[in-house]
Amino acid sequence: MATVADTHGVEHEHGPAKGIMRWITTTNHKDIGTLYLCFAMAMFLVGGAMALIIRAELYQPGLQLVDPHFFNQMTTLHALIMVFGAVMPAFAGFANWMIPPMIGAPDMALPRLNNWSFWVLPFAATLLVITLFLEGGAVASGWTLYPPLVLQMGDSLPFTIFTVHLLGLSSIMASINIIVTIFNLRAPGMTMMKMPMFVWTWLITAFLLILVMPVLAGAVTMLLTDKFFDTSFFNAAGGGDPVLFQHLFWFFGHPEVYIIVLPAFGIISHVIPVFSRKPLFGKNSMVFATAVIGILSMIVWAHHQYTVGMPVPAELYFMYATMLIAVPTGVKVFNWLATMWKGSLTFETPMLHAMGFLVLFVFGGFTGIMMSQAPADLYYHDNYFIVAHFHYTLVGGGVWGIFAGFFFWLPKWTGRMYDERLGKLHFWLSFLGFNLLFMPQHFLGLAGMPRRIPDYAVQFTEFNQMSTVGAFIFGFAQLLLIYIAYKAIKGEGEKATDEVWEGAKSHGLEWSLSSPMPYHHSFEGVDISKAIKDE
Amino acid sequence: MSTASGSYYLPHVAKWPILGSIGLFTMLGGFSLKLIGVGVGGFLMFVGALIVIGMMFGWFGEVIKEGLQGLYNHQVERSFRWGMIWFIASEVMFFACFFGSLFYIRMYVVPWLGGEGTTGVGEYTNMLWPGYAPEWPTNGPARIGGEFEPMEAWGIPALNTLILLSSGVTVTWAHWGLLKNDRPQFVKGLIATIALGFTFVLFQAYEYYHAYTEMGLTLGAGIYGSTFFMLTGFHGMHVTIGAIFLTVVLLRALRGHFDSEHHFAFEAAAWYWHFVDVVWLGLFIFVYWL
Repeated sequence: MATVADTHGVEHEHGPAKGIMRWITTTNHKDIGTLYLCFAMAMFLVGGAMALIIRAELYQPGLQLVDPHFFNQMTTLHALIMVFGAVMPAFAGFANWMIPPMIGAPDMALPRLNNWSFWVLPFAATLLVITLFLEGGAVASGWTLYPPLVLQMGDSLPFTIFTVHLLGLSSIMASINIIVTIFNLRAPGMTMMKMPMFVWTWLITAFLLILVMPVLAGAVTMLLTDKFFDTSFFNAAGGGDPVLFQHLFWFFGHPEVYIIVLPAFGIISHVIPVFSRKPLFGKNSMVFATAVIGILSMIVWAHHQYTVGMPVPAELYFMYATMLIAVPTGVKVFNWLATMWKGSLTFETPMLHAMGFLVLFVFGGFTGIMMSQAPADLYYHDNYFIVAHFHYTLVGGGVWGIFAGFFFWLPKWTGRMYDERLGKLHFWLSFLGFNLLFMPQHFLGLAGMPRRIPDYAVQFTEFNQMSTVGAFIFGFAQLLLIYIAYKAIKGEGEKATDEVWEGAKSHGLEWSLSSPMPYHHSFEGVDISKAIKDE
Repeated sequence: MSTASGSYYLPHVAKWPILGSIGLFTMLGGFSLKLIGVGVGGFLMFVGALIVIGMMFGWFGEVIKEGLQGLYNHQVERSFRWGMIWFIASEVMFFACFFGSLFYIRMYVVPWLGGEGTTGVGEYTNMLWPGYAPEWPTNGPARIGGEFEPMEAWGIPALNTLILLSSGVTVTWAHWGLLKNDRPQFVKGLIATIALGFTFVLFQAYEYYHAYTEMGLTLGAGIYGSTFFMLTGFHGMHVTIGAIFLTVVLLRALRGHFDSEHHFAFEAAAWYWHFVDVVWLGLFIFVYWL
């Protein structure tokens, strides 16, 4: 049987191609993971810049920097770019890097398709961003693209719709690849219930994507035909209904929330055990809780539409079903805390970010339970309370999971430790900046400040100023992240050991590989069935 | 250039995906420009479509060549099978979107527009459009698109149901032929299936022509026209794709490709064909009949 050293021979024979063509034609899951992560980082900056424009405008009441129409374009593009351009590709990057080594696979199952899943994205992003320069500017209806408003805008509509189609194509291809890899390429002995949590959460996420992205594609196709081909899907005069779009959109949109946060759950389920020096508490219940969250997420969508005038029985159903989600989510949070219970805790940067995740996500979850009540939601609807809520879940949940995973695995990818002091600085700046940014927005919302409006009443000024200062701290702290990544990629910093974190070897297959991992076929010839442990 | 890992084949260079992205970008960007009235849009759309078609020829050609070289073991073929299954699952959800819209409109929206219900739009629409009698088919309270005749189920559509169901039988007969290495039966079954498929498409085209020229039934005929043409149109598109898919399989079969062991492309085409078949049954029941 070949040894690990032989794998390097293979690497020499078929090393990466040179120059730009390496990245364009690559089928290597690690290269594609890197591409996804770099793209996500770039989009995070673009979307972040748009957020800073929004916050700068809101620093004072009145109109200072941008006109209201441009402000609305910024809120719309910020959301679309962050959701589809930054967070989802970042998790796809993690999936590419980590799923094959975690399950003992040589690569992703369909490597050429993997290449295409990524290479659709930059073209889709271009198609979206060029709408800023068209007559009437980019779509300014909010990322939900509700008709009839979205049908009354300038030339940007078809470009935006085809962007959504391309993004959907990319997500579906990536999801198919992930499911096939997990079903078909697990190493002997890697049974489904032995699979690490990150793999499990991505499996459920991929199912969700396959089930809901086509519905979004269909819904925006109807927008296109309503605008350009005389159909009446969302036109009551012709027998249609604009609320139909809301149902279709949120049938996609609510699972999308879990698509963003489930892989973060997976990452946190790896970080906490390593830095608690204990196995994950209740692994099986984690798997089932994830599956239950996935199922529930598909049957609660209309809690986004309590104010449109649904029949009362429907509101009641969606209200109770939504509250149910707190149960499996509670199981997860309980298990994370129980994992730390009596553990030998240390707080390196990934663990700090995992703690940040717990605090922020649980906080966002609680405000979510508040809003799940239909009668109370009539009051919260469409004000800054909801803005604060979903940023706590999507940024505090999703992005904090990305931060944790980034610091956790960066040494495994690059072979270099990051500078711990810089990492901690990044955490504290981000954490404090974020809370300063979004905590006051709860109070603004409860006091009645509506979202998506560039102006506000003077009594909201102080909280808005705090929020804007927080936004700039949070935004500029991310430059540190780029610097940290740049240094590691350049090969600066202390060399990482193979297991990177003390005792990590007992926590998963990926830590038994060299740091950095071999370029091709990580496990070539390694007998890994002995390394797979029962948790 | 490639290496076998164990025996799972992993290609190391993918030159077609980037061409596919450029093609899709050109095609969809061109289509968008055409829709907003920029002259060059139609041309760009055409060029983009050509690039996408070229990409498919190249990509599928490469995969077929590798398959014939025997690079794909059973595990690789299993990956392809799983891939096709989940691709079809996503297609099912795409149709579910339009079926769901149809059900929502027929069950809730139309009665509400007629004034039913207390918390919905009902009480207000009665003010907007007093006297609107909610019934299906409808083109809405404002009678968008004017007078129209709904499509009758028991003419061409019933015949088309028969055609598609028979084609499901012939494709299975072809599969049996392949499994016992009886190539003439395999080829005959494929030819019959493809012929039935294109007959279906021709009938559908005739039905559309009839609807547009004589029945006043167009895409603009309110919600009935919208749902009718979007559902049957996307389905017809899928039948066409499926028939082309089967034609490629037929051409390969005539060149001696496939045996009872290795015939993923045929199976994928057959699954796809059964999928469009099942969608049609839904269409026949809920769009034409009920």
